[in-house]
Order: sequence, then structure tokens, then C-alpha cells
Amino acid sequence: MFPPLPNPSTTETAPRFSEKDLIRRSASTVPAPEQQLTEVAKLIDVSKCIGCKACQTACIEWNDTHPEVGVFAGAFENPPDLTPDMFTLMRYSEWDNPETNELEWLIRKDGCMHCADPGCLKACPAPGAIVQYSNGIVDFVHENCIGCGYCIKGCPFNIPRISKVDHTAYKCTLCSDRVAVGQGPACAKACPTQAIVFGTKDEMKGWAAKRVEDLKSRGFANAGLYDPPGVGGTHVMYVLHHADQPELYSGLPKEPRISPLVEAWKGVTKYAGLTVLGVAAGVGLLHHLIMGPNRVTEADEERAEELTEGDSHARR
Amino acid sequence: MPADDLKPNEQIHPGKPVIVDRYTIGARINHWITAASLILLALSGLAMFHPSLFFLSGLFGGGQFTRFIHPWIGVVLFFSFLGLFLRFWKANLWRRDDGTWLARFRDVLANHEDNVPEVGKYNAGQKLVFWSMSVLIVILISSGLVAWDQYFSQYTTIDQKRLAILVHSIAAVAIIGVWIVHFYSAIWVRGTISAMTRGRVTGGWAWRHHRKWLRELVTRSSKGTGSSGQKPAK
Repeated sequence: MFPPLPNPSTTETAPRFSEKDLIRRSASTVPAPEQQLTEVAKLIDVSKCIGCKACQTACIEWNDTHPEVGVFAGAFENPPDLTPDMFTLMRYSEWDNPETNELEWLIRKDGCMHCADPGCLKACPAPGAIVQYSNGIVDFVHENCIGCGYCIKGCPFNIPRISKVDHTAYKCTLCSDRVAVGQGPACAKACPTQAIVFGTKDEMKGWAAKRVEDLKSRGFANAGLYDPPGVGGTHVMYVLHHADQPELYSGLPKEPRISPLVEAWKGVTKYAGLTVLGVAAGVGLLHHLIMGPNRVTEADEERAEELTEGDSHARR
Repeated sequence: MPADDLKPNEQIHPGKPVIVDRYTIGARINHWITAASLILLALSGLAMFHPSLFFLSGLFGGGQFTRFIHPWIGVVLFFSFLGLFLRFWKANLWRRDDGTWLARFRDVLANHEDNVPEVGKYNAGQKLVFWSMSVLIVILISSGLVAWDQYFSQYTTIDQKRLAILVHSIAAVAIIGVWIVHFYSAIWVRGTISAMTRGRVTGGWAWRHHRKWLRELVTRSSKGTGSSGQKPAK
């Protein structure tokens, strides 16, 4: 068993990280932080998950969201998708394993992966609406969010949701407020089977290695850790029994990365665009300085008068 | 035969200088609504395009309101420009002379307009501005609707939205470029602005820049008096 998270102390604790620990801030730059925090990670072991949704409940409770009472849609998912009030969601898929001829119930806790290279942050146009701390947590700062939905386009995992109430984007914070005072995420605290554990990224990788070894010994030859390098690794990782086919788990992307369309939009378009406009304005200015204005001359007016005069003479 | 690019409202008022009506009050109001929308769109759009221009959102009362109002201004622009399109498309049809004009564009830039063919209501440059604006506005409104999450997020996939926003930003850069050409030409060629403010230009301006148009107007007015006025004296 992974050592459980300690209970919170009863004395007030100073936050362990703050704005000084930002390594990225959307649409702006931050000075390099003085210290590098230890990277944290949440490890979700899908092989241990019993699908009880305690994590969802804990998430709602800690974040004080108020999801609408839903309707039964014929599936275990409730609500059917992530919402601005539901930062994490158990997704259930039934899979006929062709090798064993057995039905497997693959349950995955969906939510923000806290990418090391966050697409949401790259896409965000509002300064400081998305921040990344040196411990790996990617957080949304609601007072800076403009609700444009660019983060949705940037995210390789389809996570952020825009609230129809306050028009800002919501997602899992990795319980940054709890982590800041030495606690783990609410979902990890609530998980009854230790399918969700939380610690430093290295600890989690080590723990995952043991879990993978165990799964392999039980016949899951392709068991492995999901820590996709396409987004620089993530601070929410999965242990999967079929790590070679992550898509089985309700469409977990096999090789997630920031879409090349987003890279083009936030890269070359952004810089080339402003350059083109600057050059166009500059050429105009230069042309005016060199050639000067194109003025109508007296002669032009006279010719026009002759033309119309001639005409009015003819009319008379 | 009256040329396509002549409108009934375009009248010549002889005098010193000669005054030629170029745009009706309706066309001018239509133009300035479009112009104001385009400028507001550019400012609010640029605020969301490049971090160094995010401060422009302050003009609209902050990022949230900028995000909210930008698409609505886009809707205004679309319909406003549609009005302009219906008014002007005929006069902007491409003609053989336009190719020649374009080939001698260096002379135009050098203020030597005598070397280019006589120009009707619009020269080839103006026509290119008109058609680029038309095409780009169609691209911008359609890609903009896809990216308008507040009302239309459920109708497209995320990948389609990504493509839409990329196309939208490239088209936006292009249309601002076209606008720079449009704006610069209007101030470089002196005497042009009054066409869109007071609706009229001087005869000299028309002679210098749109001689064919002026000649056609003169011909029409002489014919017009001949047929609709009193019978020929005999």
C-alpha cells in the first residue's frame, strides 16, 4: 500500500507555493523562479478502480461546485461529459478482449492531465488566465479569464469547459489549494482502493513501475505507465493494463500533442501576421515620404471644366 | 449605351470647379457603418490575437466584453458589407483595361497616371480591394461562427474549431492588410475622402483618376437632356 496522505494539521500553514513559483503565465512572461519546486503527480491506476465515483463526489465537495441533477442516459457516466461544474469524470467502456475472449470493463477517471507543455496555456490570449507552477500544476485564474474558449482548442485531451454562468473556463486544479498546504487532491483522499495516489512525480513513477510489474505478472503483458512525451509528460499519469492501446479507455489519445494547427496559429501566424501588417504600414509611409501625395492640379480642373463646358455648350 | 458603372445619382454640376456626385447618402452611411465595424473588429480581434496587443481590450472595457462583442460586430459588418457589395459589385467587374492598368502599376505609384488607361468608376486596385474584402469577409464570418463558442460550440468538432481559428486569424491579417491599402490610397490620392464624406468629388479629381467615368457621365448628361428635355429644335 502506498503511504496514505497525512491528515491536515490543525495549525495554520503558510502556502508552500505562490505566484513566485510560476514557470509559465499565459500571454505574458514570468521571471525564472528562484527555486524549483519538487514536481508532483497524481497516479491513477485504472486496474484498481472500482468505478465508485467517490473521486467525483470529493471533487464536487472540495471545489464547492453544484452540478445540475442529471438524467439517466443509459450509461454509467454521470454526468455524460465533463462540465464547468464537474472537473473529473469516471468514464466506462466495455471491451471484448479478442485474445482472451473476455469482456473487460475499463474505467478511467478523466480530467486535466496537467501537461508539462500545456496546450491550453499556449493557446490562451488573456495574460495570466492560465498559469503553470514549477511543481507541474496548471491552474486557471478566473479573474483573468475572458471566456474565449481558446484553451479548449489548445488542449489535446478535451478537458476545459466554459461556464455559461460566469463565462470563464473550468477544469481540475489538481487541488492546488490543498497541495499548497501539504495535502493531496480531494479525489486521491477519497479513493477507497488507492486507485488514485498522489506524491512527487518520481515517487509516482516508482510506484507505477511496481504496479506495472505486478500487472505483468498477472498476465497483462502490455501493462504500462501513461506519461505521454508528446506533451512533455503529464502530472496526472495512468497505469493502464493495455498501455499499448490507450484509446480503449474511452478514447485516451495514444500520442497526444498540441495540434499542429494550434502550433501554427500561436506560432508563425502570430509573428508573421504582425510583421506583414507592420511592413504594409511601413511601405505606405515610405511611399508617401518618397513620392508624396497625388494631388489634383489646376490643369485637371480646367480640363474637367472644358469637358463639361463643351457639353453644356452643345446642349444650348 | 450607358456603361454598367454609372448610377442615376451620379450627376455633374458645372462650375468652377466642376462638382461630380459620387456616392449617395445611403452608400456613405453604409460605408461608414462598415468602416467603423471593421476598425472595431480589428482592434478587438488583435487584442485576442497577440499578447502584446491585449491592452487593446481595455478600449472595450476588458477582455470579457471584448470576447463578447467581437462576434456581434462581425455580424454587423457582414450585413453592412453585404449592402456595399450589392451597391458596388457591378461597377467592380473586371475589364480588359484593368489588366493593363495593373501591368503599369509602377506608373500609378510614381504619380504618373497619364501612362495608364483611362479608368472608369473604379481602377483595378480598387476592384482588387473590393473583391479581396468580399472574399475575406465570407471566410471570416464562416470561420468566426465556428469559433463562436458561446452559441455554436456544439456544432463542430474541436479539430474543426482549431482549423477555423487558424483560418480566421490568417484571413484577419489579410483583411487588415487590405484595409491598410484602402486607407493609404484614400489619403495618398488627395481629394478622395470627400467622395465618402460629402458624397462628391471635383471634376479635376474625376478627370485625373477616373477619366472614363467622367466622360461617360458627361456623355450621359448631354444625351439625357436631349431625350428627356424638350424636343430637338428643328
